[in-house]
Amino acid sequence: MSLTLEQVKRIAHLARIEISDDEALTTQGHLNGIFQLIEQMQAVDTRGVEPMAHAQDVSQRLREDTVTEGDRRSAYQAVAPDVEAGLYLVPKVIE
Amino acid sequence: MINASLKQLSQALAARQISSVELSTLFLDRIERLNPTLNAFVTVDREKSLLMARAADARIAAGTAGPLTGIPIAQKDIFCAEGWTTTCGSKMLANFVSPYDATVIHKMHAEAGLVSLGKTNMDEFAMGSSNETSFFGPVRNPWDSSRVPGGSSGGSAAAVAARLAPAATGTDTGGSIRQPAALCNLTGLKPTYGVVSRYGMIAFASSLDQAGPMAASAEDCALLLNTMVGFDERDSTSLDRPVEDYTAGLDKPLNGLRIGLPKEFFGEGCDAEVMAAVRAAIAEYEKLGATTVEVSLPNSHLSVPAYYVIAPAEASSNLSRFDGARYGYRAPDYANLEQMYEKTRAQGFGAEVKRRIMIGAYVLSHGYYDAYYLQAQRIRRLIADDFVAAFKQCDVIMGPTSPSTAFKLGEKAADPVQMYLSDIYTIAVNLAGLPGMSVPCGFVGGLPVGLQLIGNYFAEGQLLNVAHRYQQATDWHQRRAVIA
Repeated sequence: MSLTLEQVKRIAHLARIEISDDEALTTQGHLNGIFQLIEQMQAVDTRGVEPMAHAQDVSQRLREDTVTEGDRRSAYQAVAPDVEAGLYLVPKVIE
Repeated sequence: MINASLKQLSQALAARQISSVELSTLFLDRIERLNPTLNAFVTVDREKSLLMARAADARIAAGTAGPLTGIPIAQKDIFCAEGWTTTCGSKMLANFVSPYDATVIHKMHAEAGLVSLGKTNMDEFAMGSSNETSFFGPVRNPWDSSRVPGGSSGGSAAAVAARLAPAATGTDTGGSIRQPAALCNLTGLKPTYGVVSRYGMIAFASSLDQAGPMAASAEDCALLLNTMVGFDERDSTSLDRPVEDYTAGLDKPLNGLRIGLPKEFFGEGCDAEVMAAVRAAIAEYEKLGATTVEVSLPNSHLSVPAYYVIAPAEASSNLSRFDGARYGYRAPDYANLEQMYEKTRAQGFGAEVKRRIMIGAYVLSHGYYDAYYLQAQRIRRLIADDFVAAFKQCDVIMGPTSPSTAFKLGEKAADPVQMYLSDIYTIAVNLAGLPGMSVPCGFVGGLPVGLQLIGNYFAEGQLLNVAHRYQQATDWHQRRAVIA
């Protein structure tokens, strides 16, 4: 498998990372080298093997649907780039 | 005092031979003098540290101190610590002052009374094996300043090796505690997945990440591990298990211990002199009463390929939170929301982090998910099953931690694949979720060599015992780098 330059740019867009033409070219070389390493997996017959998502065979723990944390909104918003009246500000999305 | 063990420091504090303020000052002064060369710490805050030291002295005076109260420690900058800049080695978080404590930090500060000396340098978002991907520049290996300390916990390793701190925390997703421990002559332990809480530990690959201690000896690691473990309802994968005292079994004799030697770890691909040091360590274990048996991990050669699908897939999901909206860096100029995301992430992340996010985005995308992501998870199962089979024949598995000693700064930086292969012996342990250690076992050309110990699930106590007995019979772990 070999990624084309167009594919590299598409992946960068999917990952929401701006990429210049020069960077895309360098990235293409690196990613194709890494995928060459990854391709070794394709030679292995894994039919019937259950995918392992997790190191421990335990099921997700559930808890009561009750409030467990105090209100620390102002502390958490103090580290935000732009807030107003308790809201996070971003460029206008809906006209 | 600089070279004292945690036990000796604990005794000195309890006997009032030294106060925590005096001890902390000793290390803070050393950091001030030596860190400009080593770059092991990215944040030091003398006032904050001394405040903790004074509180520790008060606890000691009041008779409410624990065994490690007042002992200084270095914290990997992946752990959120309230009021401390927490960067994870990234421009993205260069100005992020954490509003809360990670569970590990809370346990060490509020419960154990340890004194944080500062936050240590690391590969950006723990992605690297040399500490060269850090936004804050590379760390130098105290044994040879032209060489890397390993990574991603490179700052923690260099700090302890240069005795800028008596001990440190690290995290290990594919070898990030064990490999730098090996390259800097330290003892490092990655616990079984789920034993130490991941809450407040900035996530790289959530099914693999695990925190652990890095120190001069197995005994020091056991004392530290006691303060780090425990069930945490804030971590959905934390395991609810009975509490153990990891120092309790350190002295057990090793008579009858069965050591498994995977033939795949003793073939090609490892430096011959490193291998000779590892074999000499195993011969020492035989003198201590252990026996060896050849075992096989037939799928271990697939661990690096499977890891570079699974870890980037999880990373691409975890790092989607860095969008410039809620915390961290935001690009100065953008015309709309999408541009804000794309420019923020282009400017805030370094090259290696971008590569891994992109690999992850690709292997999770429509049409490639089955061929890459699911295939990698199936291979992960095969790798874990290999260990289950091997542990039917042995109690502990041994081999090299790293295929070479510390390499030169810049030597592997241009080729990601060469860098990835430096974790060839450590990654399988994370995929299986097992505990692993690195223990100093010799030198090649003046550079340290690490012996890797791999245990069965929850065998941390046994690993520490096996390491401790070796350290009672050898002095490799007591050798110190000579620093100008």
